[in-house]
Amino acid sequence: MQEISIIVHNKVGLHARPAALFVQIAMAHQSGITVIKGEKTGNAKSILSILALGVNQDDKITIRADGPDEAGALEKLAKLVAEDFGECG
Amino acid sequence: MRVSERIYKGIAASEGIVLGPAFLFQPVDLKIPIRAAAPIEQELKRFEEACKSAGQELDALKSDVTRRADEGTAAIFEAHQLMVADPMLADSVRSHLEAGDTIETAVQAASQELTTMLASMDNALFAAREADMRDVGRRLLRILLGIPDTSADGLKQPAIIVAQDLTPSDTTKFRPDLVLGFCTATGGLTSHVAILARTLGLPAVVGLGEEALSHIPDSSSLILDGTRGELVADPKASTVKRYEAMKQKAAARMESIRAFINKEAVTADGHRVEIGANIGDANSAGEAVRYGAEGVGLLRTEFLYLQNTTPPSEEQQMDAYRRVLEAMGDRPVIIRTLDIGGDKPPAYLKFDKELNPFLGWRAIRICLDDRELFKTQLRAILRAAAGHRALLMYPMISSVEELRAANALLADARKELESAGFPFGSNLPVGIMVETPAAAMLADPLIRECDFFSLGTNDLTQYTLAVDRTNERVAPLFQPLHPAVLMLIKRTIEAAHQQGKWVGMCGELAGMQKAIPILLGLGLDEFSMAPRSIPEAKWLVSRFKIARAREIAEQALNLPTAGEIEELMTGILNEARSESKK
Repeated sequence: MQEISIIVHNKVGLHARPAALFVQIAMAHQSGITVIKGEKTGNAKSILSILALGVNQDDKITIRADGPDEAGALEKLAKLVAEDFGECG
Repeated sequence: MRVSERIYKGIAASEGIVLGPAFLFQPVDLKIPIRAAAPIEQELKRFEEACKSAGQELDALKSDVTRRADEGTAAIFEAHQLMVADPMLADSVRSHLEAGDTIETAVQAASQELTTMLASMDNALFAAREADMRDVGRRLLRILLGIPDTSADGLKQPAIIVAQDLTPSDTTKFRPDLVLGFCTATGGLTSHVAILARTLGLPAVVGLGEEALSHIPDSSSLILDGTRGELVADPKASTVKRYEAMKQKAAARMESIRAFINKEAVTADGHRVEIGANIGDANSAGEAVRYGAEGVGLLRTEFLYLQNTTPPSEEQQMDAYRRVLEAMGDRPVIIRTLDIGGDKPPAYLKFDKELNPFLGWRAIRICLDDRELFKTQLRAILRAAAGHRALLMYPMISSVEELRAANALLADARKELESAGFPFGSNLPVGIMVETPAAAMLADPLIRECDFFSLGTNDLTQYTLAVDRTNERVAPLFQPLHPAVLMLIKRTIEAAHQQGKWVGMCGELAGMQKAIPILLGLGLDEFSMAPRSIPEAKWLVSRFKIARAREIAEQALNLPTAGEIEELMTGILNEARSESKK
């Protein structure tokens, strides 16, 4: 199991398009992936669960992956967040 | 079976004749039949199949909109696909099945729960996703009930849209290249579908009544005559022939008017006015140029806000405005800041239920409350204006304070861009819409603090006459040629001219043949209208000397009723038309 903490900088947080991109990348991996914000935990492969976390701009999230491709999954997801989701809104 | 021809009368909302099949647009009624639940595995299997079908429907929709380069909408359908496949939805459905529900009831309950969960989130942006979840729930339920998709997405071939009523968000869902025309049971001349149809140059008949619509099955053969306000269902061969002939005649008349496309709008004795177009995006900018627009008198920005489930970003907006400015070349473009309200709320703004949205939280009132939303737009407009002839105008101003507050935010936006080092249009002229009686009465103090006026006659008429322009029952009272409205127009123009400033008009009245001679005589400097009305307006302006127009205006303003003014103008127009034939 590996995890990484990162701050979400883009304007709308993990919402709409960013959430969709995030979930799509998570779904492309075999590992179980969770997103933790404060006391709430969400399933990275569920857009509803990610939306329910209510991740806003400047919130800190922890992404935790557990499985055969955990390192790659974390790397890709962290990159997406760090690059502000390609400024997609 | 041969069905006999039926003719229905409605309100002629947008000119033109079109023949084609009916597309019945109706929000589907999803009534769940009562039945005993089958074993869970069977019910679950149906759920999986429904999810698969929903995924396919969404795939098709996505590729449709991607082909139209509408990425915003494609992204929405993509999010819907993720929701269909979401484990939270599946879990919730399963627990309802375990409690003994049928799959239909389970899907309804599960999507209701998830919708409520999203709606209850503090952040308005997240809460707005409830609309998506509701859509997804409805789609699954509709598939489970075996009901075909008769919403806008179901339009697959060119057709005439037949609907109870159409909201702006309904109409943006249709593929524009497949819409031949609109007819609705409700609505009047200034309902949104009517305005949209005129902007698109598509025929429309509104206010046909419930009864008429109930007799038009999907795909039935129709003739829509937006010029006379008639709808013919299952026409006889002879009727089809007659309409084809009329269509040709109208095309021939258009041909002679077409000669005016590239001319300036000048009266018979050389008084020059400007004729521009009302448009909503870059595509219609191309159309505006083709019809000879000398500028854009009104660039609506609402579509940007209504198309997406999030507010458009500064960059998105700047790109959209710049595309219009580039398409218009060196012609001026007046960009109107956000003009929305509770009658057409975007998903991400939380509106309380308003008893009267036209008198409620809308347009500049929203913008002055939600300063970030407004400043984002102002920065986008300022940046797009760099190197172009852009003008800015605020809608629905009813006091000098509002103009000052808006200008203060504009100054802030300028400073922010300056310190960020972005290039922007520094000499952008700023005007206001005169569309409340208050603004017309305050024309003098207002014009001292801005550069120009643009008369929004649809709202000015609505507010002056206290006639809800969406209320069919009072539709006959909606009279833009009402003497009270004309007096306010006169007052507005005089106040601006006294300060050496100019006045435009971007309401429907500017393109109305019966009004043009009066407006010319009142001294209106710029007329902005649906692109297709431009050639004929230029022709009409050329038929009058300015002194004669002034006489007509004076005569009209001395008449006590809209009816008498209409009558006067009908006579004057007939005269102008017959003279041109000689």
